[in-house]
Amino acid sequence: MEQNIVNLIYLGCAFCFIFGLKLLSSPATARRGNLISALGMLVAVVATIWDGDVISREFIVAGLIVGTAIGIPAALKVKMTSIPEMVALLNGSGGIASLFLGWSAYNANINISPILAFTVFLSVLIGGITFSGSFIAWGKLKGVNWLSDRPTLFKGQKIVNAILLASALILGALYCIAPALPISYYFFIAFALISLALGVLAVIPIGGADMPVVISLLNSYSGLAACAAGFVVNNMLLIVAGSLVGASGIILTTIMCKAMNRSLVNVLFSGFGSESAAVGTSSSQGEMKAMSAKDAYYILEAAESVVFVPGYGMAVAQAQHAVKELGEILEKNGVEVKYAVHPVAGRMPGHMNVLLAEANVPYDQLVEMEDINPSLPSTDVCIVIGANDTVNPDARNNEGSPIYGMPIVNVDYARTVFALKRGRGKGFAGIENPLFTNDNTRMLFGDAKATMNSLIAEFKDN
Amino acid sequence: MDTTIMIYLCFILVLSICLGFELIRKVPATLHTPLMSGSNAISGIVLVGAIIAAGMDATIISRSIAFCAVVFATINVVGGYLVTNRMLAMFKKKKVEGDR
Repeated sequence: MEQNIVNLIYLGCAFCFIFGLKLLSSPATARRGNLISALGMLVAVVATIWDGDVISREFIVAGLIVGTAIGIPAALKVKMTSIPEMVALLNGSGGIASLFLGWSAYNANINISPILAFTVFLSVLIGGITFSGSFIAWGKLKGVNWLSDRPTLFKGQKIVNAILLASALILGALYCIAPALPISYYFFIAFALISLALGVLAVIPIGGADMPVVISLLNSYSGLAACAAGFVVNNMLLIVAGSLVGASGIILTTIMCKAMNRSLVNVLFSGFGSESAAVGTSSSQGEMKAMSAKDAYYILEAAESVVFVPGYGMAVAQAQHAVKELGEILEKNGVEVKYAVHPVAGRMPGHMNVLLAEANVPYDQLVEMEDINPSLPSTDVCIVIGANDTVNPDARNNEGSPIYGMPIVNVDYARTVFALKRGRGKGFAGIENPLFTNDNTRMLFGDAKATMNSLIAEFKDN
Repeated sequence: MDTTIMIYLCFILVLSICLGFELIRKVPATLHTPLMSGSNAISGIVLVGAIIAAGMDATIISRSIAFCAVVFATINVVGGYLVTNRMLAMFKKKKVEGDR
C-alpha cells in the first residue's frame, strides 16, 4: 500500500483516539468513547500489516495470536477489586514492548545517526523503567510475600539511584556518539539493564497507600515510551497517541498529589509511612466506643440522610455488594443515601467508583469530596468503611500530624459516625486517627462485609 | 534521520501533549480508573511500531526481538480495551421509578 494512504489512515486513527478520550469525560458516553478508540487501534494495526514495507507477516501474525490469547482471558477473568494490579501489569507490558522495539530496530540496523540512536536510547530507558517499576508496583498491590507493601528503604538509597541514573546517561551518550561500533552494543545492553534496575529502585521506597500516584506516573511513562518508540520508527501515530497518554498520566499524578497535599518529590522519595509510630503529638485521647449491629440498626432506622465513605478496606473485604444492599434498604425506608469518594481512596485513582459501579450503585449517587463536604454537617449518619487517612480530622486540626493539610472528607461533622474497622490498630501509615475516639463516633469492629451483612439482617428481621 | 523530520515530529509531540492536557482535564474523578486503563490501552499503539519491525527485511534475531514486542504490545492493547469496556459497562445512571 502506498505510504501516503497509510499515513492518511493513521490520521483517522489519531482522530479516533482523541475523540474517544473526549467522550470519556461523561459516564454516559464513556463506553462509546472506548470503543471508538479501540476501533482506531484496530484500523491502525490492519493498515500497518498491509503496509508495503512489511514484507513477511508470519512473525506478526504469531505475535498477535499469542498476545491476544494472553490478553483476552486476563481481561475477562480479573476481579474488579484487582483492577489496580491488572493496570500495573498492562502498563508494564507496554513498557517492555517499547524496550524490545528499540532493541529490535537497533539490532536490525546499527548504522544509525546519533539522533536516531538517542531516540533508541530513550525508548529503551523509559520502556525499561516502566516495565520493572510496574512489575514491582504489581507485586506491592498483589501483596506477594517477597515484597513488602511498606516502603523499603536502605542506607545510601538516593546515592545508588543517582549513580545508576548518571551511569545510564553516560553510557547512553557514549552509545549515541558511535552506535555502529561493536563496543556500543555493550553500552546498549548495559543501559538497558540499568533501566530495569532503576525501575525497581524507584518503586520499592513507595508505600501501598501512595500507589495511586505511582500508577498514574507509570501510566504516563508508558505513553512517553511509546512516544520515544515513535521517533525510532519515524511514525507520527505513535507520537500522537503516546503523548496523549503521557499527558493524561501527568494530570492524574498531579490530581493525586494535590489530594494528599504532598509534592511528587515527597511521594517518590520520602518513604512515607515507613516509621511505625507517628510523629507529632496526637490530639486524640479517650476510648473507642464499640457498638453492636442492633444499636446501629436503631440509629439507621431513625436517620434521614446517610453517607457511605468507602476506603481501601472495602476493597479488601469485597464489601461493595453488601454496602449497596444496605444502601437500597435504607432508600426504601425513605433515607437519602449518598456515597462520598475521596480522590485517593483505594490503590488507584477512581478505584472506589469502579467497585461501587460494579455493585450497581448509579454514578449519580457517587459524590466527590468537595461536593459532599458542605452537606455533611446536616447529615445524620456517615458510615466509614475501611477508610482511615482520608477521614482523619488531624489533617485539618493537628499541625504535628504527618498528613496535616491533606484535604479530607469531613465525616466528623456529621451527627453520628459509624466506623467499620477490622481491629483497634492504627491505619496503614501508622497515623493516629482521633475520629475513632470522637464522642459522636461508634465503632463496628470486624470484617466490613460481615458487619454490613449483620446490619442488613437486622433490617430484614425487624 | 533527517533533522528536518525530527523537528516536524517534535512539533506534533508538543501539540499532542497540549491537546492531551485539555482533553483529560475534563474527565471527572468517577471515571479516573477507566481513563487510566483506557489511555493505557492507547499507549499500546507501540504495537504498530512493533509490527513494522517484525515485518521488515532484517535478520531473524531482530525479527524475533520484534516478535516479543508484538506479543507484549498486543497484551497491552487487547487487555486494556477489554478491561476498560468491562468497567464502563458497569457505570449506570439511576433508573427512573417505574422502569425497574
